[in-house]
Amino acid sequence: MTHRFPIGARVSVSSSFPPGHVRTPFFVRGKTGIVTEVAGEFPNPEELAYGRDGLPARTLFRVTFLQQDLWPDYAGGAGDTTVVDIFEHWLQEADASEGAAGKGERAHV
Amino acid sequence: MRRHHDMGGLDAGPVEQNEHDYAPWEKRVDAILRLLSAPGRRMITVDELRRGIEELGPGAYDEMSYYERWIASVTNNLVEKGTLTVEELGRKMAEVEARWDADRAAHKNSQEERAQ
Amino acid sequence: MSENGNDQQDGGHSHGHAHDHSHRHPFQPDLEDGGYSYYQVMTEAVAELLLEKAVITSEELRKTVESIDSKSPAFGARMVARAWVDPDFKARMLDDVIAAADELGIDAGGIPIKAIENTDRVHNVIVCTLCSCYPRLLIGLPPDWYKARAYRSRVVREPRAVLEEFGTSIPDDMEVRVHDSTADLRYMVLPARPKGTEALDEEALAALVTRDCMIGTAVPKSN
Repeated sequence: MTHRFPIGARVSVSSSFPPGHVRTPFFVRGKTGIVTEVAGEFPNPEELAYGRDGLPARTLFRVTFLQQDLWPDYAGGAGDTTVVDIFEHWLQEADASEGAAGKGERAHV
Repeated sequence: MRRHHDMGGLDAGPVEQNEHDYAPWEKRVDAILRLLSAPGRRMITVDELRRGIEELGPGAYDEMSYYERWIASVTNNLVEKGTLTVEELGRKMAEVEARWDADRAAHKNSQEERAQ
Repeated sequence: MSENGNDQQDGGHSHGHAHDHSHRHPFQPDLEDGGYSYYQVMTEAVAELLLEKAVITSEELRKTVESIDSKSPAFGARMVARAWVDPDFKARMLDDVIAAADELGIDAGGIPIKAIENTDRVHNVIVCTLCSCYPRLLIGLPPDWYKARAYRSRVVREPRAVLEEFGTSIPDDMEVRVHDSTADLRYMVLPARPKGTEALDEEALAALVTRDCMIGTAVPKSN
């Protein structure tokens, strides 16, 4: 199956803050990571939450972030990571300059 | 912009490694949700449960226990869907409360009798 | 006290003596010693209304509570021990936990569970920063701290400090990988087999695998 983002793709999470039920944590919005796995196709939780069927299903990607890209003051190992499951409509292809330790856009705090 | 349930990365104190055995009523809440969300029934989705919990507002995390949030959300969802009405809930809750009060009084009496 | 108030037949209204244990509304033991809360009353009312309306049956409710009670970390531990002694099983478990559980006669439910393997280079730990996602259909209900603010807030930002609070030190040259179960998958950690356990059989190995080892806040110890 072909997906919008292949494994290894560098992706940015939308820096978007809509009201309502979403499953994209605040701490990754606006951040850049790498698609490390395709988790599958699932009905859209943002629709399911309001009693609709969530179809067509969306692709859920597992995106790996370097901790240093998430937290400028991260004190642990340089290779430490967090993996978050993110639906395709929250992701866009990242500029080559984004992410990879310290260069990621800071989320609005 | 950050919603209150969305906690990753916030400052917080040490992890208090306490736990409790779940009470029967808590398991009951869990069971009700499982039954209502089961494939085949699909009367409420997990995302509707989650949305309902999020909509309880910022105070809910401090004022309500975990399964209190769950049953509040399940109940709100069932009312929204028309499965239950507010009127039915009001009547049934009053009935349950009256019954439990009576049961407790009877239970206490019988314990006192036994102690004599 | 074993009676848990789940054997009522329907929302019947005749109300006799509180100590008749065949009573249609058995007195709930968790209410005996203290007051009851508004939400406990709500729970009872919702359950009774759903039974009266035949949305659910008392049999289903009883069986579902029994199923909740029957789950325990021991099921996950059995799978981990099998994975340690049988590389082919491990491969199948990493591919599909539910199918691998089924091989051992374990019902892991219908929500996809993914096993993530600890190695000598990577230590994994799971969390749900948005709510409380957890492989509960396999290893039971999560501990309170897993659902509480401190763990959910901090483990993504300072995982090593949180692990230290659990007595788990991860060497600096290993990667700590946090998995935030935000969506449709549930995660369990497949811990690494501790050294010095070569002589142990599968049952003894399973006894080393605690719930926290499968969350990733602990690692199995060989003694």
